[in-house]
Parts: sequence; structure tokens; C-alpha cells
Amino acid sequence: MIKPNKTLSSTVLGVGYLFLYLPIVLLVIYSFNESKLVTVWSGFSVKWYAALLDDEELVTAAWLSIRIALLTGTAAVVIGTVAGFVLARFGRFRLFTLFSAMINAPLVMPEVIIGISMLLLFVQMQQFLGWPAGRGLLTIWIGHTTLCVSYVAIIVQSRVKELDLALEEAAMDLGATPRKIFFSITLPLISQALVAGWLLSFTLSLDDLVLTAFLSGPGSTTLPMVVFSRVRLGLNPEMNALATLFITSVTIGVVGVNLYLRRQERKWAQEARLAFVEAAA
Amino acid sequence: MKLNRLLGRWLPSGRTGVIAFPFFFLFLFFFVPFILVIGISFSEQRMGVPPYTNLTQIQDGVLNIALNLSHYQFLMTDDLYLATYLSSLKMALISTLCCLLIGYPIAYYIARAEASLRSTLMMLVMLPFWTSFLIRVYAWVAILKNDGLLNHFLIWLGLIHDPLRLYHTNWGVYIGMVYSYLPFMIMPLYAHLVKMDLALLEAAYDLGAKPWKAFFRITLPLSKNGIIAGSLLVFIPAVGEYVIPELLGGADTLMIGRVMWNEFFDNIDWPMAAAVTCAMVLLLLVPMALFQHYQTKEMEELS
Repeated sequence: MIKPNKTLSSTVLGVGYLFLYLPIVLLVIYSFNESKLVTVWSGFSVKWYAALLDDEELVTAAWLSIRIALLTGTAAVVIGTVAGFVLARFGRFRLFTLFSAMINAPLVMPEVIIGISMLLLFVQMQQFLGWPAGRGLLTIWIGHTTLCVSYVAIIVQSRVKELDLALEEAAMDLGATPRKIFFSITLPLISQALVAGWLLSFTLSLDDLVLTAFLSGPGSTTLPMVVFSRVRLGLNPEMNALATLFITSVTIGVVGVNLYLRRQERKWAQEARLAFVEAAA
Repeated sequence: MKLNRLLGRWLPSGRTGVIAFPFFFLFLFFFVPFILVIGISFSEQRMGVPPYTNLTQIQDGVLNIALNLSHYQFLMTDDLYLATYLSSLKMALISTLCCLLIGYPIAYYIARAEASLRSTLMMLVMLPFWTSFLIRVYAWVAILKNDGLLNHFLIWLGLIHDPLRLYHTNWGVYIGMVYSYLPFMIMPLYAHLVKMDLALLEAAYDLGAKPWKAFFRITLPLSKNGIIAGSLLVFIPAVGEYVIPELLGGADTLMIGRVMWNEFFDNIDWPMAAAVTCAMVLLLLVPMALFQHYQTKEMEELS
């Protein structure tokens, strides 16, 4: 086997990860800075964290963002799972190209384009149908869900393609209906992909600024909108504290779920091996 | 029985129903809106709710359709708009190239690392993507400012005497773009590099090829699809980027996403914003079609 040059490899990876993580580390360090001038260190303090709790605008916006993110994660997993399953198992039906294009496009399309077009749809719908009345939580929720369905669908379709068809075929031979097979065999087997898709949708929704700016109305200001309106004026120590809290919770969540899923996978592999050994004996 | 068969012909079958559920959701909330954008780009700005005129009007039993082409005429003749398009394309292209140059070696060495380390290394690449995009762009403000951390550090080292002007310039935008989009470049590159058969390289070495030659003749061509996918994942969203030029760029940083945002939110000229959007979509049509082509190919390769 060919081994890459050890020194070169560690240098490249070291510099690469330094570039990815140094800005975040500095942001976290300076959130504990006492001075209002963010880049001049004057002493350790947690006063910016205390200030966060008294900031009513921020707390209200955070609560709205969390509610929208929970709704988005759930809706995107329901629709995205069906979409991913269709992509993986239904072959080429009529309008397949349009269907897969509508799944792929939101992954790369600039958000300003999606934002303005969805807003115009909601404005027209309100004019002709009277629904949705105004803009707020509902319109933001629909917007975020449309965006996240694509991510969930891609995750689910690649997981479904890895599945062993034999399991579903065995169930079919035993007389299970397609609906029963989907809910009691396929769905449990792809549960990891559903968890990953839900988490990704949750964080994408919690973080989204551009789409939200188009789809929100008066009284529905989300957390990223508040953060953006403050940081566009320059540095703000309170935002460093908020960012630190955000990064910490996301890191703990993602790493925790990742470790859990990996252990789960090892356990399943072991059980499968044991079952095989028993069957062979 | 007869009724059943009759109903069966008209009601969608289970299969069609399953397809229809996500299809109609995306069709209504993703596809139809684009048609509306095209329509509204031909209307006129007015005061009121909504802030644009209707295209069709029935007057004395006559259907009048008025298409206002002035926005497109303006887009094509105004120098500022032309400069903005070119500048958006240029900035997205340079950012994509930088991402490729930085991302390729990283993806390469992750793919060649010990098998047990790979998934941890990839998780470390993806972790910044999970944390907030907005926060990661904001993190650079403190570093790039004239009295920021980078300038402090360089002056302390004695490398420079006057602070570098990076914040509120195009340099800031490039740094922010490369930083934000790097994980999107590394992901597909890694996926293609890791599944490469290393026996091919061994064969090349056995036949006397130098490492560099083996890289350019074997590794690079085999990762071609990864390069294309990664470049599209960076280039397409970068063209319409708004947050990065707004936070790190200067007043003279011309980007089309920003211009559209200003037309929409500051000038409340929705028809003009819609016309700018159509032009942006037109600009991205070919890269988007390419992306769709490679994604479909990828999906089919899996099965």
C-alpha cells in the first residue's frame, strides 16, 4: 500500500483545520472579554452572558426561532422522507426530471432567489385566496420546510439505496402490503437518516437569515434577523456571547448524536454477526 | 364491482399518491413562485399593497395585457448593472478556484488517512457547516478590522507597520466566501478520492511513474466529477451571496444578490427586484443544469 508523506500530510491537515477553527476559537475567547471594544483584551468577565438574559428583544426572537425550527424539522422529515423514498425506489416516472430538479435546485440556488419568489407567491395567494393572512410564523415555516425537504430527501435516498432489498422482498413474500413493509421494515432501517435529516433541518432553520427576511412580517423577527441587524453595524460583545452559546450547544448536539449513531451501528453489526453465527451453527 | 373499477381509473393509485404528496408540495412552493417572479418582472411599481400593478385588466369586456419591458431595457443598458453581473461572476469564480486549491489537498489527505480516523476528520470538516453561517462570517469581522486581531498580530511580528485594509474591501469578501464554502468543496472531493482504487497508483509506480506524474495522470482525472460537483456547490450560491458582501465587503463591492436586496427592501421596487432575479436565474441556468446532470448521475451510480 502507498503511504502518503507523513510530514506533508500533517502540515496540510494542520493548516486546514487551523483555518477552519481559529476564527471560531477567537470569537469564543473574546466573548469573555470585559472591554466593550471586542478586539482589545482587558480582563475576564461573563457580563455579556448576563446581558443576554436581560435582552428582551433577543429572548423573544430566540423563542420564535426555536419554535419555527422544531416545526420545520418535523415537517421536512415527513415530506423529505417520502421524497427520498420516491427518488430511490420508484424508478423513472413521468415528470421524474422535474421532480429531481425541484429536489436538487434548492441545495445550490442562491437564497435571495428562493426568498423573493416565495414571498411573491404568498402575496398573490393572499390577494386571491385570502390565505395566508399576512406573513409570520406560518410563511417562514413553509419557506424553511421547502428548503430543508431537499436535504432530507438526499440523505434518505442515499440511505434507502444502501438497504438490502432482500428484507423487503421477504416481507412481501410473507404477504405484507407495501404500506406495512414501509412502516415496519423500511422506516426503522432508515431511522438514522431521519434523525440526521431532522437535526440538519432544525439547525438550518434556526440559522436562516435571507429566506426569513423575505417571509417574515411585522412582529415576527427571528434570532438571525436580530443578530444580523446588530452585527452589520460592527462588533458587538453581546453577539460574541450569543454565538458562543450557539456554537457550544450545536457542537455538543452534533458530536453526541454522531457518537450515539456510530455506537448503535456497531451494536447492530455485532447482532447481525451473532445471528448469522447462530443460524450457521 | 363495476363502480370500483370505474373509481380505480379516476382515483390515483397508491404509487401515484405517494409521488404526488412531495411533488405537489415542491411544485406549489418552489416551482410556481418562479413563474410568478417572471410575471411580476413585467409589471410596474406603484404605491400600495401589493406594490406592483396587475398584468391583466378587464375593461369594458376587453382583456388588456400590459407587459412592461422597461426593467429589462434598463438592465441591459445600465452600466452599473452590467458591472455588477460581471463582478458577481468574477468574485464567485475566484472564490471557487481558491476553495478548490485549498480544499483539494485537505480532502486528499483525509481520504489517505487511517481508515479509523477518516470519519472523525470528516466530522471536523462538517462541524462548522452545522454551526451558524452568520456567526462564522461575523467571526471574521474581529480578525479583519483595521485595529483587528490579524493586523495586531502582523504588526507585533514586525512584518508590517501600517495596518492592512481588508475589512470592508473585496479581500474581506473573498476570505469570507472561501471560509464559508470550503466544507462544500471538501465533501464531494473526499467522496470521490476515498473510493479510488489505490492499486492503480501502485501499478503506475511499479511502471516507473514519478509521484507527481501519477497524480496528474491518475488521481486527478479520477476525481474529476468530485471537482465539478464541488465547484458547482460553491460557485452557484456564491454568485447570489448577500450576507458576506454586506458584512465584510465595502460600499463598492458589487454583487447581484445585494443589488436585488436593495431594490426590494430599500427602494421597495418589487418589479425591478423580480427582473434582477430573472437575470440572475438566467446567469445560473447553465451551471444549475450541469449540477442537476451530475446529481442524477451520482444517484444512479449508487444503485
